[in-house]
Amino acid sequence: MEFFQRFAIPHPSPAIYASMVAIVLTMIAIVVGVTYFKKWGYLWREWLTTVDHKRIGIMYLISALLMLFRGGADAIMMRAQLAAPENTLLDAQHYNEIFTTHGVVMIIFMAMPFIMALMNFVVPLQIGARDVAFPRLNALSFWLFFMGAMLFNISFVVGGSPDAGWTSYFPLAGNEFSTSVGTNYYMIAIQIAGIGTLITGINFLVTILKMRAPGMTLMRMPMFTWSALITNLIIVFAFPVLTIALLMGTMDRLFGTHFFTLDNGGMDMLWANLFWIWGHPEVYILILPAFGVYSEVISTFSRRNLYGYTSMVASMVVISLLSFTVWVHHFFTMGQGALTNSIFSITTMAIAVPTGVKIFNWLLTMWRGKIVVTTPMLYSLLFIPLFTIGGVTGVMLGMSAADYQYHNTMFLVAHFHMVIIPGVVFAMLAGLTYWWPKMFGFMLNEKLGKAAAWVIAAGTLLAFMPMFFTGLDGQARRMYTYSETAGYTTGNMISFVGAAILAIGFVIIVYNIYYSFRYAPRNIGSDPWDARSLEWATHSPVPDYNFAVTPQVESREAFWDAKKKGHVLFKEELKKIHMPNSSGVPFIMSALFFVFGFGFIFSIWPLVIISGIGIFACMAHRSFEKDDGFYIPVEEVKETEEKLGGAK
Amino acid sequence: MKLKWVLLSVMITISAVLTGCEPLMVLDPKGPQAARQASDIMMSIGIMSFIVIVVFSLLAFMLIKYRASKQSEDYEPPYIEGNIWVEAICVGIPILIVAFLSVVSVRSNYIVEATPEGYEHKEPLVIYASSSNWKWHFSYPEQGIETVNYLYIPTDRALEFKLYSHGPITSFWIPQLGGQKYAMADMVTTLHLAADEAGEYMGRNANFSGKGFAENIFEVTAMPEQEFEDWVEEVKDTASPITEAKFNELLEPGHLGRMTFTGTHLEFSPAPEHNHGAGNSSQDNEHHDEEEHSDHSGH
Repeated sequence: MEFFQRFAIPHPSPAIYASMVAIVLTMIAIVVGVTYFKKWGYLWREWLTTVDHKRIGIMYLISALLMLFRGGADAIMMRAQLAAPENTLLDAQHYNEIFTTHGVVMIIFMAMPFIMALMNFVVPLQIGARDVAFPRLNALSFWLFFMGAMLFNISFVVGGSPDAGWTSYFPLAGNEFSTSVGTNYYMIAIQIAGIGTLITGINFLVTILKMRAPGMTLMRMPMFTWSALITNLIIVFAFPVLTIALLMGTMDRLFGTHFFTLDNGGMDMLWANLFWIWGHPEVYILILPAFGVYSEVISTFSRRNLYGYTSMVASMVVISLLSFTVWVHHFFTMGQGALTNSIFSITTMAIAVPTGVKIFNWLLTMWRGKIVVTTPMLYSLLFIPLFTIGGVTGVMLGMSAADYQYHNTMFLVAHFHMVIIPGVVFAMLAGLTYWWPKMFGFMLNEKLGKAAAWVIAAGTLLAFMPMFFTGLDGQARRMYTYSETAGYTTGNMISFVGAAILAIGFVIIVYNIYYSFRYAPRNIGSDPWDARSLEWATHSPVPDYNFAVTPQVESREAFWDAKKKGHVLFKEELKKIHMPNSSGVPFIMSALFFVFGFGFIFSIWPLVIISGIGIFACMAHRSFEKDDGFYIPVEEVKETEEKLGGAK
Repeated sequence: MKLKWVLLSVMITISAVLTGCEPLMVLDPKGPQAARQASDIMMSIGIMSFIVIVVFSLLAFMLIKYRASKQSEDYEPPYIEGNIWVEAICVGIPILIVAFLSVVSVRSNYIVEATPEGYEHKEPLVIYASSSNWKWHFSYPEQGIETVNYLYIPTDRALEFKLYSHGPITSFWIPQLGGQKYAMADMVTTLHLAADEAGEYMGRNANFSGKGFAENIFEVTAMPEQEFEDWVEEVKDTASPITEAKFNELLEPGHLGRMTFTGTHLEFSPAPEHNHGAGNSSQDNEHHDEEEHSDHSGH
């Protein structure tokens, strides 16, 4: 019995038991459903073993949307608990678990895969490539991320969720103060997902640098691809720091080392430093692809080229460099003295300059344009004012002396939500709507889409603007309750209403997907938005091989110029196309990683050893395997092209 | 489309109501450090509002003037590469603003990290504030007394708080007297404050430290120096001395009410002082000695 006791929840509640039942029922339903419809073969052949960047992108997208609702449920519970003073909806322990998982899920398991989804789907198409440089590695990236996410998500029903905040500061996160396995989940699950991200970083760097269509020089790349290039460069430099920090934390918790402990020379502030040396660049890993999406969308729907292309690229390069020089601003209050704070205060505020350049360039892209307000454009137009509020409060936070008053308060919470929601979430929703027809061959309903955008923008403002005020009134973040006399009641109540409105907005999006799937017309052609870059030059939905003939690029807006100036994109004859083989190894290896991680979390060493051997066996298999891919014959390409609307 | 105007007007009403409330704690300073921070905050809000207004008006202008519905069917927007002068302005003005804010920020850093202005004539009162789950222990070595969860301070005298923790990282914060600073287990940090007016202020731990974090608060009472002296005398007459056994009992996780003792725990359980963050402006991040701290082994 003792063996099983460790899997029990240390702090159960009816809600958690209900979730357990719900999870088991859902899993049974999925297994029964797939068996009944005889879809196991389809699932395995077409999805679990696929190395196609488009399908991997779609799987990232589904995971991101699922996690959005998981993290959103956490958010609603938090705002409901704080809606009234002395509320007893949640107790302190539950509240702590919920804000911890909300942060981790939203950043690592929602925003990251959403970005990965768009990068996977769009970047190879934008550069005119047939796939990424290492398709099988790409599948491994996805499955590692997915297994990491699943491992993290079972924490609240098996053994208990992490409860030390998404920043997981030591010594609070050490064994002494976090006795349950919750923080083990944090360390191991993020580690597994993080390795997946690091691999993606390398994969996409190589893809963008080596696989661009002939004629597409670096300075002719679409802006989204540029943002992906810079983002992956940051990933390659930042994620190893997280890997090491998590490894040190794991060693502390499982093997009795003293990197961050209270005694034996451990340094708690070392964790904070390492975490934010990864954590601040991570912010730009999230925001730069979002900027890329806005650049594409605003240019497309202003019917004009992007203003100041060169300065857009330069500003991203500068941001990527500065992003590694500002991490101390997350703890100006650690007592490092006026000189250190002054340096980091200046570097922090300096980031506002390249970011401001981008805002002005977007505004100037609209100048003398012909603005069509579609759903993606509406998100972009709402992004500019809301993100400006988030951005300027960031400059305020960058003033270190004043930060002593903002730090750890709701003001900070308001700031980063006003940056991340309009910055990242709006961009992802804009990108989703924009590239949806390319992914699925039909468009999302515009009326529902715009309604959702307005509701989400209103919800964002209502939920987060009051926090600027309660923060300045002394409400610290992560407090599970407050007294009636504190004066935070009105603000928190408004925030709750805002959160509920946000939730309605997301429900509208889900309904829109359902509605459009049922009723949207399928004969939309390959270029429904009258867009400008290469992904719109191939069919919707995109055939396996992306482009029947490799496009040849002569200008920055290759597809636009092909439409307007008569540039010829496809000059060659059809040839047989070389494609990579599908493989089940990435899925199996990642599943073994899941078991490996689970074994680590609960210190079940036999499990760790067996699954560890399995992981090495998978790698050995790959090393000795001879896999030259396969060819799609010319006749088949011709057939597909004719079916999809004629070879170009 | 109507929905959008309803939403906008609701938003404006709410922000108007919110700003109309009584003064927010941070913007109602009662000490020189908090006053400096509040004036920095108000100044930056002013500049930032200007930027927000510029961006909003540019956006509104573009949207009104260049909507497709306002233009002829066959208008073809031109190809515009960019203009070196326009972009220089877009870089130059933000650089000027950031440079100005940097100067203010650096000056404020040195002000909040030093003895408060106007209080230099007297030796500052040194108070050791240490946190344990989920309490604050205030030791007055000069007076030889110790309190738990409440703090009496004199006005007209600078305060030098020596902060450290018996457990997780916490953050010592009295919003109306000045910003916060971390209390950590392996070093002592220094926070310079002063109270201009007598009164009662809220103090709390601002850094998440586990289950009892929300209630990890303390009351601050500022009073004229004579009253403070009287209180010290009274404590010395009435309170019982703090012992090592008693102190270890206090360190156990949980919440306690107000408590008062004579003597300080520093005598048997000294603070982990390495002279870190001690207000000297130079880089003081020299390496830690890897030594044991007796005060950590207590739990």
